[in-house]
Amino acid sequence: MSYQLPKFRHPDLPVNALGYTRAEYEGAISTLCAGCGHDSISGAIVRACHELALEPHKIAKLSGIGCSSKAPTYFLGKSHGFNSVHGRMPSVVSGANMANRDLLYLGVSGDGDTASIGMGQFAHAVRRNLNMVYIVMNNGCYGLTKGQDSATADAGSASKKGDPNPFSAIDLPGLALQLGATFVARSFSGDKGQLVPLIKAAISHRGFALIDVISPCVTFNNNPGSTKSYDFVREHAEATGTVDFVPMREEITASYAAGRTQDVTLHDGSVLHLEKLAPDLDPFDRVSAMVALQNHTALGQILTGLIYMDKDSRDLHDVMETSRRPLNSLVEEDLCPGDKVLANINASLR
Amino acid sequence: MQALQSVNEFVIKFANVNGTGSASANNLFAKAIFRMGLPVCPKNIFPSNIQGLPTWYEVRVSERGYLGRRGGVDIMLSVNPQSMPQDIQEVEPGGYFIYDNTKPLDLRLIRSDVNIFGIPLTRMCNEEYEDPRQRQLFRNVIYVGALAALLDMDFAVLTGLVEDQFKGKDKLILPNIHALELGYQYAQKHFECPIGIRVRTADKVGDNILLDGNTALGLGAIYGGATVAAWYPITPSTSVVDAFDRYAKRLRIDPGTGRKNYAILQAEDELAAIGMVVGASWNGARAFTATSGPGLSLMSEFLGLAYFAEIPTVLFDVQRAGPSTGMPTRTQQSDVLSAAYASHGDTKQVLLFPSTPKECFDFGALSFDLAERLQTPIILMTDLDLGMNDNMSPPLTWDDTRRYDRGKVLNAEQLEEMERYGRYLDVDGDGICYRTIPGTHPQKGAFFTRGTSRDEYAVYTEKGEEYEKNMHRLMAKWETIKEWVPRPLETTSEQPTDTAILFFGTSEESSMEARDYLAEDGVPLNAMRVRAFPFNDEVESFLARHERVFIIEQNRDAQLRTLLMAEFELGPDKLKSVLCFDGNPISARNIRKQILQQMPGYNVTPLRRERLVAGAENRS
Repeated sequence: MSYQLPKFRHPDLPVNALGYTRAEYEGAISTLCAGCGHDSISGAIVRACHELALEPHKIAKLSGIGCSSKAPTYFLGKSHGFNSVHGRMPSVVSGANMANRDLLYLGVSGDGDTASIGMGQFAHAVRRNLNMVYIVMNNGCYGLTKGQDSATADAGSASKKGDPNPFSAIDLPGLALQLGATFVARSFSGDKGQLVPLIKAAISHRGFALIDVISPCVTFNNNPGSTKSYDFVREHAEATGTVDFVPMREEITASYAAGRTQDVTLHDGSVLHLEKLAPDLDPFDRVSAMVALQNHTALGQILTGLIYMDKDSRDLHDVMETSRRPLNSLVEEDLCPGDKVLANINASLR
Repeated sequence: MQALQSVNEFVIKFANVNGTGSASANNLFAKAIFRMGLPVCPKNIFPSNIQGLPTWYEVRVSERGYLGRRGGVDIMLSVNPQSMPQDIQEVEPGGYFIYDNTKPLDLRLIRSDVNIFGIPLTRMCNEEYEDPRQRQLFRNVIYVGALAALLDMDFAVLTGLVEDQFKGKDKLILPNIHALELGYQYAQKHFECPIGIRVRTADKVGDNILLDGNTALGLGAIYGGATVAAWYPITPSTSVVDAFDRYAKRLRIDPGTGRKNYAILQAEDELAAIGMVVGASWNGARAFTATSGPGLSLMSEFLGLAYFAEIPTVLFDVQRAGPSTGMPTRTQQSDVLSAAYASHGDTKQVLLFPSTPKECFDFGALSFDLAERLQTPIILMTDLDLGMNDNMSPPLTWDDTRRYDRGKVLNAEQLEEMERYGRYLDVDGDGICYRTIPGTHPQKGAFFTRGTSRDEYAVYTEKGEEYEKNMHRLMAKWETIKEWVPRPLETTSEQPTDTAILFFGTSEESSMEARDYLAEDGVPLNAMRVRAFPFNDEVESFLARHERVFIIEQNRDAQLRTLLMAEFELGPDKLKSVLCFDGNPISARNIRKQILQQMPGYNVTPLRRERLVAGAENRS
């Protein structure tokens, strides 16, 4: 682990459409353990935001408490961040999103933060279809308090302490599907090729986008016997297919092999190019997605990739018919009805 | 037998079964008194239940303008056999008991010192109406008609009210007036009308209005510019957000697009509700939640975050009787301590104490200015009594030249000119730092909001001296806050005195009435109504100027007194307690009694203390 982030950048670093290099999207140096999966996810977020040429100050990154929730410090240093209280990030994002619908809300959480203490808030943010990207850095254990099993630890999986977990695991993608999530994906911190386009697609999706990222804890849960170790995940991951994300302003240049491919245009005009590997999955059919998840779990496999997406998703603002102007930009003239109206109200109360 | 005689000064109580439509009939009675130009104070005493349990409605009528509970009942109108034994006992000697005598009164209940009037309400309804629901509803209207005759009320005022009430549903007007007439005629025919207590038209209400505090708060949030409301249903606060919703639908629809200039989120629980408020406020919107005691307990973690991270937050706490679920539909002022020091660690929260609907409106709107100016939670403490009962109040007003005080928020130009921005840098020396709203400037002003310790530039730190510096600055800010919150109101006795009363919120009316009685008893009292915490310097000097101060409040543990002792490091000898915590609003007679008992010369030691001392001896 290094203690200082080098300031030097190669002068020929590629810039994006805004003229920013990737460095503009980086954050402070990570204080997580060397080799932590979370740092790879941070890197994927940086790459996705840079390649999409998002304005960093138009992104808000929010988290709860835990190792995962510390991660937002390590990416998007020019974005406002909010490290809230344990398990309550979804409510903070809900309020923030109501206040300003024009920012991109990037929620980062962990398996303890989401599947235990924050289960209620997670569930309700899903069912409201809050417009946000919700990334779970899922390592199956509580890192900051030294490795206790979390609610996503598989039954029988053993962490460094050695005792197999006796309880059944909460499968977040399965739960989200049941709750009506409109974008559900799973990935692996060690597979940036898959993760980066998934993050881009999640950002373009209008509504709640969950990416459950298995992110091994090198210190407490990367041992033989753990189902969240690098080795185990590499051996058991089964991708639903490959995902290519083509932003609106770019032409589709890659040529894809004919066969099981599908292009999906997202609401912002971007195109998602899917090449399906799992023949039993139709990612635009919720029931198919739920069945495929269950089937792979039964086979001891970890299904990764885009699992489900609702192309016609309507987010919370659509449902509530709130003003298209951000509520935080409204002023007295928009908000205060004035004394004359009050005089009428008084008259009705006599 | 002696019969109470009074014109325009009395207490009448209605005993009903809840869910039978009695509330609107009783309300009709109270509003008619108000329209006859008389100050009136109705109080709804209702169970935590939807249908079938006893409910009461107590109306104080006072030409002299006393609006608190007096204590005692002059006229009891009882149509609930379930509560009749208790109801008749409550009547003052010489008072009146009016009841539904379709079923004869149990002979054992009859009191020889009470004037008893039987009206066969159920039988009259059964003869008049076919539909069971009509039988139930009109029974209530009939007794209001009978009261009009018994009390010599202006019948035209009643019919006028019915016409106003059912405007748009005109076919309901005549049946209601008919029911009023049925009762009126029955009373005229069977009793000598009017009785000793009567109502005479006066001109004592001026331009006052009749409004509940929760509606006033909802309106205060509209006028104060709130755009995000997040809440979880809980009695007695629910009608705050209901009112906000109702008025927002009328007043906050964008004329061009038809879309809403507000968002109301019904949260999954109170933790989420306050989290949403914190998130929205952090992002630059004015946001609020409304709750009651149990919700306040759940919100305490976020209140600590908002205190420490300095996020404007507005919370309306409509207090009810605790602890735990307590008596959910009865009033108390018992969240004072848990609100003042809400959350773990060293926290101090700003409290506002309104005492009228107008103050609910004013303080409600003010909360948003204060939250942004002071960058901290503002907890407005009202209670069920003020929140859910119609209270006579001065009319609501708004200065159209008023601008919202958004506090210290940096815009893009200001950030552009800055060398280095520090979120927690005390530039002005008042303990309040400059904040930025996400999305303001492409390169500057972003920082990490957190509940962990950090330095002046919002960078995480575990250095003890940095942490301590920040905690000291928060105390400096606390001193600044004293200058911003509403000042207390003082009333000085005409006769010099070293004794005073101090109270807040809904204890005001009864306290001031008791003060008049006590002046007649030879106990002149100065008075102070505290309207905010932190206490302003005036509170300290008021306490210093008096030998003895009675702290009047509606809880068991003398919470405001504890707060005063803690904040001013006062001993317990100077501050005496006057308490009421049975769930009913405190009454003037009760206050008078408790103060007399504790005055030197009366030589009565409060029972409570004796018991405590005895208990201590037993243990030792």
